[in-house]
Amino acid sequence: MTLLTEKYAAIEDAIARIPDGAAIMVGGFGSPGTPFALLDELLAQGQKGLTVIKNDANEPDIGIGRLIRAGRVDRLIASHIGLNRVAIEEMNEGRLTVEMYPQGLLAEKIRCAGVGHPGFLTDIGLDTEIAVHRREIELDGRTCAIEPAIHADVALVHADVADTYGNLAYRGTAINFNPLMAMAANLVIAQAFRVESPGSLQPEAIHTPSAFVNHVVRVDRATSEQGVRAHAV
Amino acid sequence: MPSDQERILARAAREILPGQIVNLGIGLPQRLFHYMPEDLEVLVHSENGILGCQPLADGIAPDYEMIDSGGAYVGASPGASVFDSALSFAMIRRSRVDVTFMGAFEVDQQGNLANWKIPGKFSPGIGGAMELAQKVDKLVVLCSHNDKRGNPKILRQCRLPLTAPRCVSLIITEKAVMAVTEHGLEVVDIAEGLDVNELRAATGADLIIDESRLGRF
Repeated sequence: MTLLTEKYAAIEDAIARIPDGAAIMVGGFGSPGTPFALLDELLAQGQKGLTVIKNDANEPDIGIGRLIRAGRVDRLIASHIGLNRVAIEEMNEGRLTVEMYPQGLLAEKIRCAGVGHPGFLTDIGLDTEIAVHRREIELDGRTCAIEPAIHADVALVHADVADTYGNLAYRGTAINFNPLMAMAANLVIAQAFRVESPGSLQPEAIHTPSAFVNHVVRVDRATSEQGVRAHAV
Repeated sequence: MPSDQERILARAAREILPGQIVNLGIGLPQRLFHYMPEDLEVLVHSENGILGCQPLADGIAPDYEMIDSGGAYVGASPGASVFDSALSFAMIRRSRVDVTFMGAFEVDQQGNLANWKIPGKFSPGIGGAMELAQKVDKLVVLCSHNDKRGNPKILRQCRLPLTAPRCVSLIITEKAVMAVTEHGLEVVDIAEGLDVNELRAATGADLIIDESRLGRF
């Protein structure tokens, strides 16, 4: 058990707890919410044989794109990897196993793990090719597919502000998968632009309560190097 | 003379009603932002987790944590909210989104839609399209009438893997506006300067056309 006051960690020490072969959830939808600093430290430390669970594959030279390029990722679970041509090539060449789910089902599978349910029932995709690998049951006369929860060893998340107990608050569209993943893994490491002392955050403003979070790391504001891309409207 | 895409977008904007919650698919549909009247009171939903997004005004610096699902920087319109991905799809599955606009590789006269995968050629994943297609009450397809080689995209029966079966309400191309009805595909509007025979020749589906009621756009 980590003492409450010992959650504020150096990035090297927090990431060093991740072993080879770990299944790692990574927050973010595209760049916003992606914990770029944590991912760059993971790249530097060299862990390999990883399973990564993220909505997308970032872009080839940022975020998990760098891990994929470096051959550290064996398996990727995602909903759309269209912005990362390297990941698509690796998938097509058979070097990267990719499992894809509709985005809302992916989110719900992660949410289920986070709330302690083994899975859920859905009517999404019943008459499409994604139904092929699923078990179906009848419930009150309706056909439903069983979607098992997705658990992970580690979650790497990005918050706007945290406190040293591990409470987290997110901002804007950088929320996305972060609060879901922060509940769904055994070891949760958060990066935040600000890390305050306990009591600084309004209790009502906290999105992820400290109980779910193991380590908090402070990072500088996103820079272009951390993967901010100028997108056209 | 408007371009084909401008014609599609201008016509599509007329399908949005005051008070609606609207989702704009990646690509052409996201340009609809610029075709909606300024005083039209709607909330634009983007599945990455915002209800009430709008294009950045000129000269406003982007907020790096505010994008739409296509990756464009956006602002929050008055009354906007932001939320996580599970909640965003709860909004979709509970049909709280009134209308969604999407592109298509193929769409057929039963309202089946294929827009996510070409086996062996293109399979980046389905993203949010399946849930939007299955659960939003009104799905409007915006696409070119024919592919780059001139083959029809509007068919009797889709051949590619479906995004969702029987989900399309309306198809808007540069040539026609077609409603999916229980009787089949009814042409509502036809493009200025096009005649009915030319439209039929460019289409791979059976079209129901009542020339006395046909609109022009």
